[in-house]
Amino acid sequence: MTLLMFFVWLAVVIAVSIALAWGFRAVATAVTQGEMQRALRNAPLTAAFGMLVIFVYLVVAILAPMIAPFPEREVVGSQFMPWSAEHWLGTDALGRDMFSRMIYGTRNTVGIAFATTALAFLIGSVFGLLAATVGGWLDQGLSRLVDVMMAIPSLIFALLLLTIFGTSVITLIMVIAVIDSTRVFRLSRAVAEGVVVMDYIEAARLRGEGLVYLITREILPNVTAPLVAEFGLRFCFVFLSISALSFLGLGIQPPTADWGSMVRENATLITFGDITPLLPAGAIALLTVAVNFVVDWQLYRASGLKE
Amino acid sequence: MADREVLLNIRGLKIEGKSGDDWLPIVNGVNLTLRKGEVLGLIGESGAGKSTIGLAAMGFARDGCRISDGVIDFDGIDLRAASQEQLRRLRGKRIAYVAQSAAASFNPAHKLMDQYCEAPVRHGVMSRSQAEKDAVELYRKMQLPDPEGIGFRFPHQVSGGQLQRAMTAMAMSCRPDLIIFDEPTTALDVTTQIEVLAAIRDIVEQFGTAAIYITHDLAVVAQMADRIKILLRGDEVEEADTETMLAAPKHDYTKSLWAVRSFQRAEQGAATDKPVVSLRNISAAYGPVKVLDNISFDIHARRTVAVVGESGSGKSTAARVLTGLLPPSRGEVLFDGEALPPDYRSRTREQLRHAQMIYQMADTALNPKLTLRKIIGRPAAMYLGLRGRALTERVRELLRLIELEPDEYIDRLPSELSGGQKQRIGIARALAAEPRFIICDEVTSALDQIVAEGILRLLDKLQSEFSLAYMFITHDLATVRAIADDVVVMQKGKVVEQGPKPEMFNPPHEPYTELLLSSVPEMDPDWLTRLLEERTRKGLPQSADQ
Repeated sequence: MTLLMFFVWLAVVIAVSIALAWGFRAVATAVTQGEMQRALRNAPLTAAFGMLVIFVYLVVAILAPMIAPFPEREVVGSQFMPWSAEHWLGTDALGRDMFSRMIYGTRNTVGIAFATTALAFLIGSVFGLLAATVGGWLDQGLSRLVDVMMAIPSLIFALLLLTIFGTSVITLIMVIAVIDSTRVFRLSRAVAEGVVVMDYIEAARLRGEGLVYLITREILPNVTAPLVAEFGLRFCFVFLSISALSFLGLGIQPPTADWGSMVRENATLITFGDITPLLPAGAIALLTVAVNFVVDWQLYRASGLKE
Repeated sequence: MADREVLLNIRGLKIEGKSGDDWLPIVNGVNLTLRKGEVLGLIGESGAGKSTIGLAAMGFARDGCRISDGVIDFDGIDLRAASQEQLRRLRGKRIAYVAQSAAASFNPAHKLMDQYCEAPVRHGVMSRSQAEKDAVELYRKMQLPDPEGIGFRFPHQVSGGQLQRAMTAMAMSCRPDLIIFDEPTTALDVTTQIEVLAAIRDIVEQFGTAAIYITHDLAVVAQMADRIKILLRGDEVEEADTETMLAAPKHDYTKSLWAVRSFQRAEQGAATDKPVVSLRNISAAYGPVKVLDNISFDIHARRTVAVVGESGSGKSTAARVLTGLLPPSRGEVLFDGEALPPDYRSRTREQLRHAQMIYQMADTALNPKLTLRKIIGRPAAMYLGLRGRALTERVRELLRLIELEPDEYIDRLPSELSGGQKQRIGIARALAAEPRFIICDEVTSALDQIVAEGILRLLDKLQSEFSLAYMFITHDLATVRAIADDVVVMQKGKVVEQGPKPEMFNPPHEPYTELLLSSVPEMDPDWLTRLLEERTRKGLPQSADQ
């Protein structure tokens, strides 16, 4: 019977998601125009769903103080209160409102993850494209350095660096960005190697073009599709690493609300059959799926013709 | 011939291809009859649907294509209604296929013998050891060197022409009733083409195999086919016996195909002015491998120097030395009498501007993500400092020059152009720099003859308009005849012979030049037979690599 209920609920969730995605696409098509409207009209429902989720997360992150019924760091009740009309998702180990902390967590976790991924991409793709375009010693040097860095398991490496440099948000972003940029380096270098041998690059070199023009105008447009796909994946990995580090106590520090540490702080509740600590984990999972839906769609568009 | 049994009967064949959400017709109702032991030539430009029809004769449609209507009857079997299992039993066993590029169609991870044996063993025609013995026999018939040993090599250890013959042998392995040859010699040098053509013709005759021979080269099909069918954009234009078709083509399109090689530029006397570019005693090497050995020649303004030779003769390397991509180990490149720095990175912008290059494969020579406005506009902006409206005007002017309508094309991407149009963009990009010297590296060899002729005419027109000097690299002597003023024949990194064109095309020749010249197929069905007889009689080599 429980299994049957599970399937019923699953069907309901999927149906609601499809309806929401469809509705979101209809609204998005209505408010945009031109090129963007055409793209949105042809977007698959999965992509619309992904965009909807990202959009909701964004709104929640920006408007966090207005949406959250209670402040982020204030003790507003007794410990581990159950779900109620006042505290929708109950309270945590210190008596802070779970629902409010989830909302603030969006701002912290997603913001930091996005900044980290962007930084990782900046470092990784700049050096990767340079290595492929210039070649020779620069390529050898950078590639071997990256090999060395990738030889150390990333979580251990991150823990090590964080214990050395301390656990401020800035160091957290820097450390994860540098570690993840090695993966981006490898990908961008490999993809760019395939482009660099093309005749049009030779033509550009013979024209006397500088390095910056070569990389930004001739190579970059031809490697964006795989890089965008990697961005989506990498964002999810970064997200998970931050959550994992927070869970281990070296990530985002209390009392800042963060989904990873919220799982850890309230983990004991799981033993009592309460699913509240899983909700932040669910929020992470949902965003991960949503980002990948959108990336898949973008990738499909990038691989096709202009029309 | 007409009394033989019909092997393949195609009636009202329609094939459609998917474009976006629509199905567009590729082949509109073609009929085709092939009797046992007969060779039918299918001719047409790219996009005419020849390969699509060839594949349909096996009951196959490429991804994104579908056979929408018609009957394909192979020896009493309706291929459209046949199950996958039935088709699987036919393909490879009774119908075989030889692809255009053997190098791309062989699996590089397996030896030739393993690939040869797969079909006969799988189809249960013969055992592995029988198949191996049979392979050696066929390799010998195909006049492959070392027939006992060649099967144990990997595809990359065998030359292109040999690979193409090995592939034909492989198609023969089950003694099929029908072989489809899809441009089997298009990717080969003229001298190699001869061997493959002779081998294919012999083996088809010996086993009485019926064949469909797909090509865009009329002279080639004239040697191979009993009948010729001409296709244009998915429609049949006409069909007749080879002799009739060559002697008296009825349709205007066919006549235009026949006339394609008629283009010939006005003769010019010997050069009098000082050369624009000279190579002086150039030797060059890739690492330890010597590619160029002491070559020298001059290129004058308003003149075209054709550099001729097989692949591997060093003609493209000469171009790389000229452009500075490969610094020579000895010798120097002079521009207007002054030595150019050997490495392009040390050349001035002005020196780079005056030597432009047009590439063989327009597909890889144009950045697929840039619009024509940017591709053509960049050299003009960079060298001549044009900006804004002046730049746009210049790009439009260049597009008009290469006979493309500016309003329609200026914001297109290369993927939205045909092969010939892409090559024109390559020309426009070279012109945008307002150079004095252009290297054309096999610019027409990836194009159909009609399209190629258009490109040659355009290049000729531009040359006299802008006093350009051309270095024209090619392996096609028909092109040389059409466009060259001076000819440089290269073999194995050396210049074998050089001089003005009229001299080069009249005897006496160096033996290698003779071989090259005599290997150009002629529009005479008996040409191949005569040529082979003559070579045997004179004791000349059948080809360059034997």
